Amino acid sequence: MYPPDLKYTKDHEWVRLDGAKAQVGITDYAQKQLGDVVYLELPEVGRTLGKGDVFGTIESVKAVSELYSPVAGEVIEVNGRLTEKPESVNTDPHGSWMIVVRISDAGQTSGLLDAAQYTDLTK
Amino acid sequence: MSQPAAGVLKKTPLHARHRSLGARMVPFGGWDMPVEYSGIVDEHMAVRTRAGLFDVSHMGEIELAGADAVAAVQHITSNDVAKLAVHQIQYSALTTPQGTFVDDVLTYKLSDDHLMLVVNASNIMKDFNWITEQIAGLGDAVAVNTSSRYALLALQGPASREVLQPLTGVDLASLKYYWFTTGEVASVRCTISRTGYTGEEGFEIFAPPGSAERVWDAILQAGKGAGVLPAGLGARDTLRLEASMRLYGNDMDETTTVLEADLGWIVGWKKAEFLGADVLRKQKAEGPPRKLVGFEVLDRGIARHGYDVYTDGIKSGVVTSGTQTPFLKKAIGMAYVPADRAAPDTALEIDLRGRRMQARVVPMPFYKRAK
Repeated sequence: MYPPDLKYTKDHEWVRLDGAKAQVGITDYAQKQLGDVVYLELPEVGRTLGKGDVFGTIESVKAVSELYSPVAGEVIEVNGRLTEKPESVNTDPHGSWMIVVRISDAGQTSGLLDAAQYTDLTK
Repeated sequence: MSQPAAGVLKKTPLHARHRSLGARMVPFGGWDMPVEYSGIVDEHMAVRTRAGLFDVSHMGEIELAGADAVAAVQHITSNDVAKLAVHQIQYSALTTPQGTFVDDVLTYKLSDDHLMLVVNASNIMKDFNWITEQIAGLGDAVAVNTSSRYALLALQGPASREVLQPLTGVDLASLKYYWFTTGEVASVRCTISRTGYTGEEGFEIFAPPGSAERVWDAILQAGKGAGVLPAGLGARDTLRLEASMRLYGNDMDETTTVLEADLGWIVGWKKAEFLGADVLRKQKAEGPPRKLVGFEVLDRGIARHGYDVYTDGIKSGVVTSGTQTPFLKKAIGMAYVPADRAAPDTALEIDLRGRRMQARVVPMPFYKRAK
């Protein structure tokens, strides 16, 4: 059920790599844990993130959670449509990208999990 | 998101049902409870538009019996038990001598010498010990913790009566709000009360623990056509907040008086005496220094329990409950604010992780069902 073309983190974010660009979102497992998502706060374009930095917050009816960047780099795109319609995170978690990061160093994606490893983690 | 479990969690008689229905379970007041099945919003909307079935067996029951039981309950609670007829129920506070809350309770008058208090799960032992201490020497009255004798189910929503009626010989239409009766539900002897914590028409059903699954299954089966859903503590919290019902431990506790919680209507002002009466009468005359108010957030964001409230740029209060309400689709909440900042339309600022959100005081309840 976890798309094989994505990479994953232990914090339940996913990454879609396209050269030096990385789309970032949260996994189906994460959205299920959160329940009904009602707010999303995302960074400004141009922000520099370190690996593991908080890049935003996501609120569901019952909880607030921080979003952690799986890669280091500069935020080059922010999904404004998603902040207007945050419930899409529940209905289409792996299609609901939040930010695009231009990765500062290609080597740093090595620690990410593949779909099979992530599936094991969430069992 | 989840709290660490302290010790062994208690299980209600319906625990296996929650598991098989795929509920997400969380520790709550020492119990392993379902927080959601299909989702908080889905369950909330089911209760507002159809009906939802809740397991609230974690709630406690403390019974007082004896020739002086009414006098004992008069002494330990704020509301006037003399107004209660047999089979009638009243919302009340178990008060400290300071007029603050040991707990908030429902008082059921079972007979002229037998009353039952329905209390919050996390307060059962505290309440029982408190009551036992306070009624010692008050004559012929004994308190018994009967919590383990009851499973408690709540069927709430506009369809609740039509769903429950075929399962019982009790004429539910004639059961008035805040009255109860006894009768069979799905051939199980139960106490049925027209009460709830959602702001909708609904019923709470006290069943013997051994027969709880039978009653639960029968209601869900009977409610299938009407779209009745099992509902968890998550929806219970958003529903009660929309209906402006207080939650003990969030909106009031041993540091807040009944008047500060804006619950003057549960004080029997004509009663001769009860714990905290002096403090409450004085506070009524002078006005409480702070008050619980309802607010609506005007910016994006949810104000949650514990967030600071600012008025005129000064930190002056705290949010006690807050959520994004699924039905009204607004961020609402309750907060303690200085009494002179409690009027509707007063501007509030709420600190959301370093950002100040604009909010305004609004009258409660936020939601009132159409009659």
